[in-house]
Amino acid sequence: MTYRRFAVTIATLTLLLVLLALACLMFGSVDIPAGKIVDILSGKGSGNTAWDIIILQSRIPMIATAALAGAALSVSGLLLQTTFNNPLAGPSILGVSSGAGLGVAIVILALGGSLGGLLGENMGSYMAILVGALLGAGMVLVVLIAFSAIVRSNTMLLIIGILVSYLTSSVVQLLNSVASEEGVHNYVAWGFGNFSGVSVAQMPVYAGIIILALIGSALMVKPLNALLLGARYASNLGINVSRTRNFLLIITGVLTAVVTAFCGPIGFIGLVVPHIARMSLGTSNHVRLVPATILAGADIALLCALVSVNNPHGIIPINAITPVIGVPIILYIILNRRRIQYFN
Amino acid sequence: MKENNAILTTHDLAVGYRNGKQQVTLLSGLDLVMEKGKLVALLGQNGAGKSTLLRALTCDERPLNGTIEVNGKDLLTMSQKDRSRLIGLVSTERIQAGALTVRELVGLGRQPHTGFLGRLDDEDRAIIQQAMTDSGIISKADEYMASLSDGERQKAMIARALAQQTPIIILDEPTAFLDVASRIETMRLLQTLAHERGKAVLLSSHDISQSLMLADELWLITTGRQVLTGNPSKLVADGAMDRLFENRSIHFNDKILDYSF
Repeated sequence: MTYRRFAVTIATLTLLLVLLALACLMFGSVDIPAGKIVDILSGKGSGNTAWDIIILQSRIPMIATAALAGAALSVSGLLLQTTFNNPLAGPSILGVSSGAGLGVAIVILALGGSLGGLLGENMGSYMAILVGALLGAGMVLVVLIAFSAIVRSNTMLLIIGILVSYLTSSVVQLLNSVASEEGVHNYVAWGFGNFSGVSVAQMPVYAGIIILALIGSALMVKPLNALLLGARYASNLGINVSRTRNFLLIITGVLTAVVTAFCGPIGFIGLVVPHIARMSLGTSNHVRLVPATILAGADIALLCALVSVNNPHGIIPINAITPVIGVPIILYIILNRRRIQYFN
Repeated sequence: MKENNAILTTHDLAVGYRNGKQQVTLLSGLDLVMEKGKLVALLGQNGAGKSTLLRALTCDERPLNGTIEVNGKDLLTMSQKDRSRLIGLVSTERIQAGALTVRELVGLGRQPHTGFLGRLDDEDRAIIQQAMTDSGIISKADEYMASLSDGERQKAMIARALAQQTPIIILDEPTAFLDVASRIETMRLLQTLAHERGKAVLLSSHDISQSLMLADELWLITTGRQVLTGNPSKLVADGAMDRLFENRSIHFNDKILDYSF
């Protein structure tokens, strides 16, 4: 019974993934006939160089970037929710994304450039940016761990996360006030969020790190399930709680940092998708939850990407779309928390 | 006889808490013995140190002094994995398991015995089934934890500890949030587990009359921070029960094994 529900959910999410990826391939700011797209994908070429470049160097990288970003942020959210025993935790609401953003801003300024350098092809500079994002995200996670030991209340931890976000944003703004006008402009653009920032050359690093971290989280299903019972039970079941928690938070930090460095601080996906996965599966069991979260995250991000690029008046920022999807779902969850099993 | 059945022993154990650099000792010089097949109830006023003692025995907090041995092996230096196969815990902590079925929850008890990904084999499933049967929760096996009453949830948590297959089960206030009927049922279940399955069961409780009736042994934390141990009728006869309370107007009657005011 529960297995059937799992199979149906996974099949549906996979089908959606395929359909959304195809839609992202076919629809965009430039109309390319479906037949020509098939020609381009089969290697024959369409006879139109611009179309070839749009498909191979813009749309396909965007599909991969969006799907991986969605999966990464959603798994981050799931790990944070389980680790902090807090259903409203997520990488953006707890300030992990803004921490990564601060790291990015500092590196850019230290390199003497602007945030526009993010899109550059210079291997050394975007690796530095990546390291900056990792350190920034890591710093926020350390702060959260420290506070979570002091304040036991879930709500307080969320408020601390929000405060950390404000603080990092204000530091970034202060940094920007001494930066060039172009830097500020680029920072603002980066803050909108977009899935077109990963070039073909950068893709191996971006995809490689995310896939490794996703595999890492899939291997943690046993301790994650133990943590559903809280630290004391988990420890009684033989789980080294502090080591497990640190490992989970490192994975979270890596996933969030990589996505934030390349795509900007993207809100709501990490918070909302684990709930979508739980409600579709009807379980908190991570054995089923992790794969469903990965797929649902990829689906939602592709949907955002599709909407983003299909506006006749220009690209819509990703961060203008995620709240429209996310807020109603969060409100639904809050209003129905008595009827949703995993809150009780 | 007593030595043969002893499974957990403490020597010169001191428990309390560390407040910065200061140590606050709640109980000290404890030489306690838990035996197979016996239900022990730990009684004491709020703040007397019941939970602190249990947290030390389950290794959730380091004792301030002394040793705890299980089957002659030092509990504090053994690996967490080995420990998880010796002592099962039932506590009153809030858990996020509402969307797990009872069967899944009880299955978590198999974690010390399963591999890296926690996969269950047929033997594990049989043990889970048996644990749910023994705890009287089998009829709700495939229902969500969220749909259970408090008493049923506690049975499921006890089944989870049973599935862990530890010789010792320690329960922190297992009947605290239960109505009277569920309290009695839970206590009877624990008594059966001790007497018929040979488990060494230790629980902390506020319910003195039930502990007197159903426990094989009491550990009493007196107002003078001593721990008196023995079987209930002996402790009542010795007048030890009177030292549980500050209030001198509460007395225990050794004929009816209950207290009067």
